[in-house]
Amino acid sequence: MSRIEKRLVSLNGNKALVAFYTAGDPDLSASKDIFAVIEKNGADIIEIGVPFSDPLADGPTIQASSHRSLQKGTTLKKIIQLVADIRKTSELPIILMTSFNPVFVYGKKEFVADAVKAGVDGMIIPDLPPEEAEEFLGIAEGLDLVFLLAPTSTPDRIQQVGKVSKGFIYYISLTGTTGTKEALSAGLKNKVNEIKKSVSLPVLVGFGVSGPEQAKQAAEASDGVIIGSAIVKLIAEHSDPAERDRKLADFLTSIKKAINP
Amino acid sequence: MNKYNLPDAKGHYGKFGGKYVIETLMPALQELQTLYEEAKEDPKFQEDLRCYLKHYVGRPTALYFAERLTKHLGGAKIYLKREDLTHTGAHKINNTIGGALLTQRMGKKRVIAETGAGQHGVATATAASLFGLECDIFMGEEDMKRQSLNVFKMRLLGANVIPVTSGTRTLKDATSEAIRNWITTVETTHYIIGSVVGPHPYPMIVRDFQKVIGEESMRQIMEMEGRLPDTCVACVGGGSNSMGLFYPFLENEKVKLVGVEAAGLGVDTEKHGASLTKGSAGVLHGMMSYLLHDDDGQVTEAHSISAGLDYPGVGCEHSYLRDSGRATYATITDAESLEGFKLLCSKEGIIPALESSHAIAHVAKLAPKMKKDEIILVCLSGRGDKDVNQIADRMGVSL
Ligand SMILES: Cc1ncc(COP(=O)(O)O)c(C=O)c1O
Repeated sequence: MSRIEKRLVSLNGNKALVAFYTAGDPDLSASKDIFAVIEKNGADIIEIGVPFSDPLADGPTIQASSHRSLQKGTTLKKIIQLVADIRKTSELPIILMTSFNPVFVYGKKEFVADAVKAGVDGMIIPDLPPEEAEEFLGIAEGLDLVFLLAPTSTPDRIQQVGKVSKGFIYYISLTGTTGTKEALSAGLKNKVNEIKKSVSLPVLVGFGVSGPEQAKQAAEASDGVIIGSAIVKLIAEHSDPAERDRKLADFLTSIKKAINP
Repeated sequence: MNKYNLPDAKGHYGKFGGKYVIETLMPALQELQTLYEEAKEDPKFQEDLRCYLKHYVGRPTALYFAERLTKHLGGAKIYLKREDLTHTGAHKINNTIGGALLTQRMGKKRVIAETGAGQHGVATATAASLFGLECDIFMGEEDMKRQSLNVFKMRLLGANVIPVTSGTRTLKDATSEAIRNWITTVETTHYIIGSVVGPHPYPMIVRDFQKVIGEESMRQIMEMEGRLPDTCVACVGGGSNSMGLFYPFLENEKVKLVGVEAAGLGVDTEKHGASLTKGSAGVLHGMMSYLLHDDDGQVTEAHSISAGLDYPGVGCEHSYLRDSGRATYATITDAESLEGFKLLCSKEGIIPALESSHAIAHVAKLAPKMKKDEIILVCLSGRGDKDVNQIADRMGVSL
């Protein structure tokens, strides 16, 4: 079993909390500290965002964060180094979330080798749907490739994605980009149920889950929640590291409590 | 003669093309493909399209023998395919009429588009007005300054022009923002992409709507010269006017196909838009294609005097044609394109778009090296009205 699978199984029916933040915002050394805070405050899996110049699936919050990170000189190589560094002291499952181009330019084989060696457990590549992932799936030994489903996904696609996804299914809660502010869609529970009928993997809900109330609703309908923009925003709003870490800890604690009352 | 039948069923042109987009859009792309394939076989759809192209757009456009330009350059005979004479003044309208007809067929009421030079924005706004569709156009703030006339035209036509302030504030970011908007509105909105770029089936659909340029040209040159041209030349931004011209000629391997990219301040500087000449394979805006990007896979800024060529990517089918050797790609600098612009003004009484001026400038280099009985067919993709203010500025003339 992979680290991701083990962790999700060990939850024993409790809801999972996956926390996302952008590597290198405000800088890579802060990223290490932020990881520790997130780990200590109840995250089950951490998703580290690889900044990209043109993040098509992201709303303004993560776009701006990506931009700041790139201005600081963050690269995929340095992020893999960051993971290796974190891995020395942490057993928490780590997923890299990235657009495909940085991985493609790195070299797919070299990337897989370096990422696995550093201790990366999984990948979410939003712009690499199953149709384009065949080759990568063939070489991504040691990495769980997590695929996405959306409110627009048809029964055929649910089957197709269910077949290739590893670890869990990332269910995009709304028809939109990350951070879209909107009440959780009324159809969420039905869609998750529909997915769970044909896919045996846990289904975690992300995009647009921004506070305890939404997290609670999303968790009731699924196996857990993924929180991204809200964390990225909180980090961006606090330039004092101690204050930032305290606020982040409070926020995660409140989410944790909301999803597992 | 090899039969050319790309893309394959998955939308690949060799290793290029594909559908590199988030799941949210995948069902819509599949739907679009099915709907398009039905429309393509539907005589009623084809007849509607033909009628609008004839009576509204003004097709067929003339193929014009540029006699004075030919004499001046002293080599091959030069024919201009006059896309500048279409309604709205550029080839972009061929695609937006098709796109609006598809929107109607889907029963959707809203279209969106990105635009660089504003020509595709104007063409989309025009089609939206014609078919009574709601229309939002995404345009980089920088381009809105360069092309203020087109911004005003779009608004007159009833479109919302939404300024894009992220990144380089040009075509690349306008495209990203249009895609983001589409991710949010896909259930009610059709995205009319302005060139042969984006995820499958877009590059194929846009090519098919633009291939009328090449089909007419082929027929016209046969009537006028009794034979095919030796060389076809067209500028390449995203690559739609060139793909439209080249496509019907692909299987006639004796016809050389030359695309002209923007060299900006020079291909050895960092300020150019020559993806096929200086880029490498990568993924942007839903497709695998040649791309200007750095060692870390971050897309770099393009530059061109002409907003329509100021784009770090290029259509995936061109990437395939480049690697297969079926087409070749030249570059023309900002300064050379201005010479091409002036040349056509002074020799033929035609004010070309700055994009098209790149093709003209390349012809000015090519024609003198060719024999007098050889033929160059060049796509004059648009007229230069939109660029006149910018050129006056550069010449130090205040209007
Ligand atoms: C007149 C004209 N020609 C050419 C282009 C470049 O686009 P493409 O390469 O898709 O033909 C544009 C784009 O705005 C244009 O307005």
